[in-house]
Amino acid sequence: MTTDETQLRQELERTWAVPRGIIGWFSIVDHRTIGRRYLVTAFVFFGIAGLLAAAMRVQLAWPDSRFMGPDRYNQVFTVHGTAMMFLFAVPVMEGMGVYLVPLMIGTRNIAFPRLNTFSYFVYLFGGITLFAALATNTGPDVGWFSYVPLAGPDYSPGKRADFWAQLITFTEVAALAVAVELVATIFKTRAPGMSLNRIPLFVWSMLVMSFMIIFAMPAVVTSSSFLLLDRLVGTHFYNPAEGGDTLLWQHLFWFFGHPEVYIIFVPALGMVSAIITAFTSRPIFGYTAMVLALVATGFIGFGLWVHHMFATGLPQLGLTYFTAASMIISIPSGVQIFCWIASLWRGRPRFETPLLFALGFIAIFVLGGLSGVTLASVPFDLQVHDTYYVVAHFHYVLLGGAVFPLIGGIYFWFPKITGRMMDDRIGRWSFWTLFIGFNVTFFPMHFLGLMGMPRRVYTYPATMGWGMLNLISSIGAIALVAGGVLLVYNVVRSAAWGVEAGDNPWGADSLEWGTSSPPPVYNFLHIPVVEGRHALWARSEDAPIVTGIRSDTREVLITDVMDAEPSNKADYPNPTIWPFVTAVVTSAFFVGSIFTPWALPVSLPPLTVALVGWFWPKRSDLHTGEERPPALSEARA
Amino acid sequence: MSSRSRTVDVSELPTFAFGHQGLIWWGTVGYMVIEASMFLISFVVYFYLRLKVDQWPPSLPDPDPTFGTINLVVLLGSLAPNYLAKAAAERLDLPKVRMWMAVMVVVGLLPLAIRFFEYFALGCRWDSNAYGSIVWVLLSLHTMHLATDAADTVVLGALMFTDKVEGKRFVDVSENALYWNFIVFSWIPVYLVIYFGPRWM
Repeated sequence: MTTDETQLRQELERTWAVPRGIIGWFSIVDHRTIGRRYLVTAFVFFGIAGLLAAAMRVQLAWPDSRFMGPDRYNQVFTVHGTAMMFLFAVPVMEGMGVYLVPLMIGTRNIAFPRLNTFSYFVYLFGGITLFAALATNTGPDVGWFSYVPLAGPDYSPGKRADFWAQLITFTEVAALAVAVELVATIFKTRAPGMSLNRIPLFVWSMLVMSFMIIFAMPAVVTSSSFLLLDRLVGTHFYNPAEGGDTLLWQHLFWFFGHPEVYIIFVPALGMVSAIITAFTSRPIFGYTAMVLALVATGFIGFGLWVHHMFATGLPQLGLTYFTAASMIISIPSGVQIFCWIASLWRGRPRFETPLLFALGFIAIFVLGGLSGVTLASVPFDLQVHDTYYVVAHFHYVLLGGAVFPLIGGIYFWFPKITGRMMDDRIGRWSFWTLFIGFNVTFFPMHFLGLMGMPRRVYTYPATMGWGMLNLISSIGAIALVAGGVLLVYNVVRSAAWGVEAGDNPWGADSLEWGTSSPPPVYNFLHIPVVEGRHALWARSEDAPIVTGIRSDTREVLITDVMDAEPSNKADYPNPTIWPFVTAVVTSAFFVGSIFTPWALPVSLPPLTVALVGWFWPKRSDLHTGEERPPALSEARA
Repeated sequence: MSSRSRTVDVSELPTFAFGHQGLIWWGTVGYMVIEASMFLISFVVYFYLRLKVDQWPPSLPDPDPTFGTINLVVLLGSLAPNYLAKAAAERLDLPKVRMWMAVMVVVGLLPLAIRFFEYFALGCRWDSNAYGSIVWVLLSLHTMHLATDAADTVVLGALMFTDKVEGKRFVDVSENALYWNFIVFSWIPVYLVIYFGPRWM
C-alpha cells in the first residue's frame, strides 16, 4: 500500500468512525452494525418463537395431554406464528439486505442511515412488547392472522388482540423504512459500471422484496389500525350490526398476507443464486430469466390472496380466477429451479455447508410447492382447510423455502461479517440434523391433516388415532431443536476461534468479497468500477477505481438508475442519538394507544421535539462554502 | 492520489442534486407511494362497505360539502406559492425561498383551521356506524398528512432563516414542495369520495 493510500485509509477511518460509549451505541448509523443487530435480534426472536413451537410439540406428543391448558396454548401458537412472520422472517431478510446490499453494490453506507437506525429500534421495541405481553399472560390468542369477529371487541375482551394489532404497526413501520432505504440504495448508489443487467441476483431479490413491502404492507397497517380503532374507540369497520363486514378483514389481511409469503421467500431465492454461483464457480444459468422470474413472482404474488379464503363462500368465478393465479405462480418458481439445476449440472459443485443448505432448500421447497398446487384446487382445499395439511404445507414453503437458504446464507456470509470461517464439520452435522428433523416433524402432518386433525387444537382424544403420527412429529422437533443448538454453537465457537477467512474464502464473484473481512467502516478504500456482471471475476489486472470522493466528510457517489453513470455526490449524515429518541417516543405512543386514544395528543409534542432534533443540523455537520451546485442552477444563478 | 493508470474522477460532480437525480427525491417518492397505497386501500374499504348496505349513508344525513369545497379551493390556490418556492429553491435563490416558505407556512396552516369545521360538517361520528368510521378515517388520514407537512414547512422555513443553509437545504425545500403537491392532489379524490360518494351512489 502506498503512503497516499495509508493516509486515505486513516482519514476514512476517522470520518466513518463508529461512535463509542453508551450514547454512541444508541447513535450508530452504520449499516453493518445495524444489519448485524437486525440479524442477532431476529435470531433471538426466532429462538424464542422456536421454543414456543417446541412447547406445542410437547403438548401434542400424546393425546389428552395436560402440559398446557387451552388458554395458554392459544397464546403460544399465536405468538409463535406472529413472531416468526413479523419479528423473524421479514426483519431477518431485511437485516441481510441492510448488511449486504451496500457492500454488494460498492457504496459506503445504506441510503437514509438515520432512518435505518430508527427502524431497528422500533422493531426491537415491538418485539420486546409482544414477548412482554406473553410473559404477563396478555399474549395475543387469536391466531397470527387475528380474524374478526374473534379478535373484535365482542369476543376478545381485554388487551390481548390489541397487542397483536400494535405489534403489526411496530414491525411495519420498521419494514417500510428499510424497504424505502433499500430501493434508494440500489437505484442510486451503485458503483459505476453496475448497470441494471449487472446487479447481483441477491440484490435484485432485495429490490423485488422492497417493492413488495411498499405495496403490500400498507394494507395490513390500515387493516390492523381499523381493528385497533374498533376495539379502542368504537368504530364499526368489522361490525356487521352497524354496516361493517367481517370478511373485509380477511380481504385486507390476505392482500398483505399472501405477498408477505413472497416477501420472505424472494430474498431466499437471491441467497440460493449467490450460493450456487459461488460453489459452482460459474456464471448462473439464465440470469435474465432469473431476474424476470423474480419480478414476475413479485407481481403475481399480489393476485393470489383469495386462495386463503376459499372456504368463505365467495362467488364461483372469483374462486376459479384465484385457482388459476395460484397455479401460475409456480411457473416463475419452476423457471428458477430449472436454472439452478442447469447451473449445478454445468459446473463442478463443491458440496460445502452453504451449498448443502441450498440443495436442501430445493428438495423441501419442491415438496412444499407440490402441496401448494393441490391446495389451489378449491374442492381439495375445502376438504383440508384449517387442518394440519395446511400447517405442513406452509412450513415446507416457509421453513424449507426461506429458513434453509437463510442458514445457508449465514454459513456463506459469516466469514465476511466476522472475518472467520464457520466449522464445516459441525455445519454438515447441523444440516443433516435440521434436514432430517424437519422432514420427520412436518411430513407426518400431511397425513394428520388428511385424517382430519384441525390446526390450533390444544389436544385430542386418543380415539382419534392421531397419537402415533403426532409422536413422530414431536420426535422430529427434538432433532430440529438439536440442529438449531448446533448452529448456535457453531456461530459462537467460530466467531471466537474460527479459522481466519481472508477476503474471499469461497472464490465468489460479487463485490462484498473484494474488501477485507470484516469490511472496514468505510467498506471500500476506493469505490470500484464494475466491468462485468460478476464484478470480481470480470475484474481486469488494471481495474479502474473512482477518485475525487471526499474522505474528510461522509461523501458518497450517486449514480443513475439504469447504467450507474456517476451523476452527483451526497453527504450522508453523522451519528446522532435522535433516531433512537424518536423510536422511544414512537414506541411509547404505540404501546400507549393500546390503552387510550389520548396517547396520540400526549405523544405529539415529544415526537415533534425528537424529529426536529433529528433534522436540525449541528454546526459541525455543515459544509457551506465547500459545495458544488448542480449545473442547472449554476446556469440560472 | 492513486498509482493506477485508469481512474474515474468525480471531483467535479455537484454535491447535491434536485429531482430524481438526488437521493432525497427517492425517499420522498417512496413514502408518497406508501401513503397513496393507504389512501387507495381506504377508498376500497369505503366502496366495499357501500356495497353491504342499501342506503348510503345508512340512516344519516349527507355530509355538507361547504368547508370541504373551501379547502379544495385553498389547497389548489396553494399550488402557486408552492411552485414559486420550489422554483426559487432550484435557482438557489435564498431571499425568494425565504419569502415563499413564509407564505407556505401560512398557507399550510389555513387548511388545518378549515379542516376543524369539516369534521362537524360530516354529520356523523366515527362510532355512528361503519360509514361514519370510514369517512372519519379518510378525513383524518388526510389531516395527518396536512399537519405533518405543515410542521415540516415550519421547521424547514425556520432553518432557511438561519445561517445553517447548505445546498442540500434547497433540495429539501424542493422535495417539501413536491410532498405538498401530493397532499393537494390527494385531497381531490378524498374530497370527492367523502362529499359526493353519498350523492352519486
